[in-house]
Amino acid sequence: MRRLWSIPARFFLEIACVLMCALPLVGAGDDSFLLRGATVHPVSSDDIPNADVLVRNGRIAGIGSHLAAPKGVRIIELKGLHVYPGMIDSATEMGLSEIGAVRETSDVSELGNLNPELRAIIAVNPASEHIPVTRANGITSVVTLPQGAMLAGQGALIHLDGWTWEDMEVEPDASMVLNFPIVESPRLRFFRQNATPYSEAKQNYEQRIRELEEFFESARRYQKARVAKEPGLAQDLKYEAMLPVLDGKVPLLIEATREKLIREAIRFADKEKVRMILGHGEEAWKVKDELKAKNIPVILGPTLELPVEEDDPYDRLFTQPAELVKAGVKIAFGSFNTSSSRNLPYQAAAAVAFGLPYADALKSVTLNPAQIWGVADKLGSIEEGKWADIMITDGDPLETRTEVKQVFIKGKSLELDNKHKQLYRKYLNRP
Amino acid sequence: MRLHWMILCLAAGSLLAVRPIPARAASTTLIRNATVLTVTKGTITHGSVLVRDGKIAEVGENITAPADAKVIDATGDYVIPGIIDCHSHIAAESINEGSTSVSSMVGIEDVINPEDVEIYRALAGGVTTANVLHGSANAIGGKCTVMKMRWGKSAKEMIFEGAMPGIKFALGENPKRQGSGPNPFGNTASLRYPATRMGVEDVIRDAFTQARNYEAAWREYREKVARGERAVPPARDLKLEPLVEVLEGKRFVHAHCYRQDEILMLLRVADEFGFKIRTLQHVLEGYKVAKEIAEHGAGASTFSDWWAYKVEAYDAIPYNAAIMVRKGVLVSLNSDSAELDRHLNTEAAKAMKYGGLDETEALALVTINPARQLAIDKRVGSIEPGKDADLTIYDKHPLSNYAKVLTVMVDGDVYFDRDRDIAERPAREARRKELLEKEAQEQKKKPRPDKEQDSKPQDQRRPQ
Repeated sequence: MRRLWSIPARFFLEIACVLMCALPLVGAGDDSFLLRGATVHPVSSDDIPNADVLVRNGRIAGIGSHLAAPKGVRIIELKGLHVYPGMIDSATEMGLSEIGAVRETSDVSELGNLNPELRAIIAVNPASEHIPVTRANGITSVVTLPQGAMLAGQGALIHLDGWTWEDMEVEPDASMVLNFPIVESPRLRFFRQNATPYSEAKQNYEQRIRELEEFFESARRYQKARVAKEPGLAQDLKYEAMLPVLDGKVPLLIEATREKLIREAIRFADKEKVRMILGHGEEAWKVKDELKAKNIPVILGPTLELPVEEDDPYDRLFTQPAELVKAGVKIAFGSFNTSSSRNLPYQAAAAVAFGLPYADALKSVTLNPAQIWGVADKLGSIEEGKWADIMITDGDPLETRTEVKQVFIKGKSLELDNKHKQLYRKYLNRP
Repeated sequence: MRLHWMILCLAAGSLLAVRPIPARAASTTLIRNATVLTVTKGTITHGSVLVRDGKIAEVGENITAPADAKVIDATGDYVIPGIIDCHSHIAAESINEGSTSVSSMVGIEDVINPEDVEIYRALAGGVTTANVLHGSANAIGGKCTVMKMRWGKSAKEMIFEGAMPGIKFALGENPKRQGSGPNPFGNTASLRYPATRMGVEDVIRDAFTQARNYEAAWREYREKVARGERAVPPARDLKLEPLVEVLEGKRFVHAHCYRQDEILMLLRVADEFGFKIRTLQHVLEGYKVAKEIAEHGAGASTFSDWWAYKVEAYDAIPYNAAIMVRKGVLVSLNSDSAELDRHLNTEAAKAMKYGGLDETEALALVTINPARQLAIDKRVGSIEPGKDADLTIYDKHPLSNYAKVLTVMVDGDVYFDRDRDIAERPAREARRKELLEKEAQEQKKKPRPDKEQDSKPQDQRRPQ
């Protein structure tokens, strides 16, 4: 135990530390600067020790050794520190949900089964306390997803900075979310009274699938009629929203857990000729070869989850990321949560402990999601021409103990203070 | 038919579950050349731990293996005391007796399922001891049990012998939920007092008033008997007896709480009745009243960084553990989850990131501190000669996200070994297939179940 006399001294030191962390290393506002003397981890290529990164007008303008700072551009000395691209959480409810248990604070699930026209982006609350809490750990972008019964709506890729949701937009229609129908398993009945028997559950499932297929068929007919400019075609918001999905411009994020449903989902995406991304995928390891063959990326939920089956090995989900990557499947991590989004890098690290190569782990929270969401021209690595979404750390960002010193989005130095740090300071100093 | 299937599944489950490791082969084991993080006596970089007859016999740099010793070469590995989870519900067949606001007559000890695979999974995450608690539906819940992860042993043998028994209390949103209409799990049972934090206090004060009267009635009876007077003994009350034990300091109170007002309320009620709150559980706003908690002498067992899942968790901060430590509270980190208990080591690392605890202080949150909270620290919680040989070996520093558990010992016996677990997988998988095929054959022989049977009422258990 700690000796008593040292407590006031420790307090002072800690308060000083907190204040120092709260102070940005650079002043906010100016989006042109030179980061000098750091270890740069571009992710897209090998690490560069003692290197500089030039940022001009919010974009990365150069990477190398001994870059000259153009006239008037600030120099930020980063000796001993590390430069990484900001991280991307590929599945959250950021801005849509504030307090999980309070309905009034949740705009995640709409009524109805077929809601492709719903847009998450317009319901993102830029003042959510979750945003500064999350970005303080180096996460600069997230995909925020509607949930709901089946076709839930459009998930948006957003920056964790902005006065309005328009400021935050990176890709407002990054994905169409489909919660693939499930056959309600008998096990789920423990949680419900008056549960339906299996035969009925199966019928319900088949009914849902039919509903879904018919909807896609109608949307296709609408698409054809629209292309043919058929006279008298009444505009339909639901079918309009489906057009970019049917054209393959917007991917269909299909959320499915079990092997059988993942296979059904793949068959469905094949049949409908849409671009599929698999979400969750707890049993994706059983389908890895098909996923590879069809080039379907997977947004994995937390690595540290219990196995699906009682008699699965205890580390079933710990080893899955490594198995998928070995099979050639592209993966990215999603927290599928809001309040634990800041722990995204630790999901990747846990997979490293169980065989995932470190480089792939880092990619799965940076470059891979940028590629999967079709924004690799703007985000995901430290490369010339990309936005300066950057985090500066004192070490490996996948380790809990590493501190994120500074975060930039589009070259703007962000305030890293948040509700948690404010309460910390307030109550640490309570007399 | 369904019943038949379920029985077969259960049988299959117990057969398939990872085989318990048989009783100790050698009574002396030497763990050699590891980094030994004793938690209470510093760190030995090239250290050894000698285990004899279930106890730690020697810890040091140069220990020679006795002739009969089994040697575990742990070069490059890290040894810590087995992790202690101060808030768990694993192995409990039921958790909440939610029909009444005071359920002190029920206890977890009666519903331990020693074949719950979550015990093995906890072991595989380095946990050797857990405080298995009743749920939080009631202001005064049921009795709790401290358990060792002696996988393969009977329920009775898993109980931590000599550990002080406990009782669960609960404050705030959970106990008042049943007074506030249907709960999230669709239970539309009639409303139950209390519906407010005011009512929660009243339930506790009322119960302890009754307990005090009950205690007095017994005292009076005993005094009469002692004086040789004729006396009629009071009727035994199984609900009040555990509360009398609390008043007498023979049973620990583990109180689920979130907000600072309710924390302070409970401390004051306990002061009034002259007992101590042993641990405040969750205690997410503990950092706001750390001074009062320390003054009362309660321990605090919290989450590392959970927040915002309900209103009373909206002011939760990841600095909670560190602030309370700095203000003199005995703090532990718990899981309350069969998943989270598997990586409490890295949860501890978060208290370094948020609030700047050092390595030893962080590890103490999941080892010696919970041991002290449960008053089992003479037996477990650190690596010291004379203590139980409950040890966890990692391949990397346990505060690193890259560490994984290799071997776990309880009472000197290896109950988890990763290599062994992996080696046994093909045989287990083969056995599983065999059983499934057998079941399929059985199914073929028998007529298909009709709908009547299919819609039989299912297990009525509700989630907690």
